[in-house]
Amino acid sequence: MSRPEEVLPPDLFYDDTESRKYTTSSRIRNIQSDMTHRALELLDLRTPSLILDLGCGSGLSGDILSQVPPDEGGPHVWVGMDISPSMLEVALQRDVEGDLLLADIGQGVPFRPGSFDAAISISAIQWLCNAETSDVSPESRLRRFFEGLYACLRRGGRAVCQFYPKNDAQRTMISGAAIKAGFGAGILEDDPGTKNSKLYLVLTVGGGGLEGDITGVVDGMNDVDVMDARRRAVNSASARRGPEKKGSKAWILRKKEQMAKKGKVVKATSKYTGRKRRPAF
Amino acid sequence: MKVLTANFITCAIKDCKASPKSFPLHFQNAELELQELEFQPDFLRHILPRIDWDSLRVTANELGFPSIPETKPEGEELNNEELLRNLHQLLLETQVMEGKLVCDNCGHEYMIKEGIANFLLPSHLV
Repeated sequence: MSRPEEVLPPDLFYDDTESRKYTTSSRIRNIQSDMTHRALELLDLRTPSLILDLGCGSGLSGDILSQVPPDEGGPHVWVGMDISPSMLEVALQRDVEGDLLLADIGQGVPFRPGSFDAAISISAIQWLCNAETSDVSPESRLRRFFEGLYACLRRGGRAVCQFYPKNDAQRTMISGAAIKAGFGAGILEDDPGTKNSKLYLVLTVGGGGLEGDITGVVDGMNDVDVMDARRRAVNSASARRGPEKKGSKAWILRKKEQMAKKGKVVKATSKYTGRKRRPAF
Repeated sequence: MKVLTANFITCAIKDCKASPKSFPLHFQNAELELQELEFQPDFLRHILPRIDWDSLRVTANELGFPSIPETKPEGEELNNEELLRNLHQLLLETQVMEGKLVCDNCGHEYMIKEGIANFLLPSHLV
């Protein structure tokens, strides 16, 4: 199936029929609800909070925020932003409790500093990677979005954005933009390598006594392997011995590993790997 | 749109960000509706320190709620249930259904229809 991001801009793609389809499909509802619960778990809110829902759509995720039971720190009050009028119309008909705004998150987040305890976004921010007109670029939209989001979260606040990047380049572009805006950013991947893999960008705003980044967030969660790209870079042999030479054994092994990760067929490694051939007469 | 949200929202236009006049936005021709919600004292106690009280008084005045205390309730006052219920009604239950929000700095008008404010900007203003 083609990606909806490549068909039309979000405000046109989610028209009346598409919005209704999206909201009534039990498959989508189940997936959305699972992802929202996962995001809430990552946000780890202990008191009733004010939450910003970015790309709230018809309020499927918002409903869950309003229904968090008191012993789990809820119910939360939320404000939703979405660019599609049809989606918001469906939200109105469903009588959601949160406040709704018709706004483009790529134009910024118009709230005063320190407004929200947390932000949540389910399957929305990959839309920012498409520029619909020639006078904006994905980079500038992402920058405005993350800068606005950073400003309107309170210190120690968190944001969890579930998204579907088209490829590794989009994934890097999105997390890079978040880091540039000042967030501590990390990506949590559920069911990696399967068709159902889900990516969560976990953003933290410094201060407030929370552990600085995603490694603090997932601390104590079950079944989470931490792969810290920063620490690996510092400890790896290549960093200690200077840059590896192109064509060296280490270089070949690294490339083979890279290709294997991409799913390519790679020849087995043996003691002969990377050795020079004897001169043949 | 809830009064609570109005206490946090600012003008979306870039040039207004630097101006103190871009907050609060002012309601005009507002039509109100009361939407009953569950009373949440914990949430109110949690959010009150972040409310800009002066702006709330301005907004409440524009919407025709005269009896707002002059200073923000603090400490012991937060256990006064009647006060919290009044605040709950003002902040969470009062919905502005129709009307517009106007920025004091640039004069841009954000229309509110069926309770949803339109913050989409034409591209030359972004």
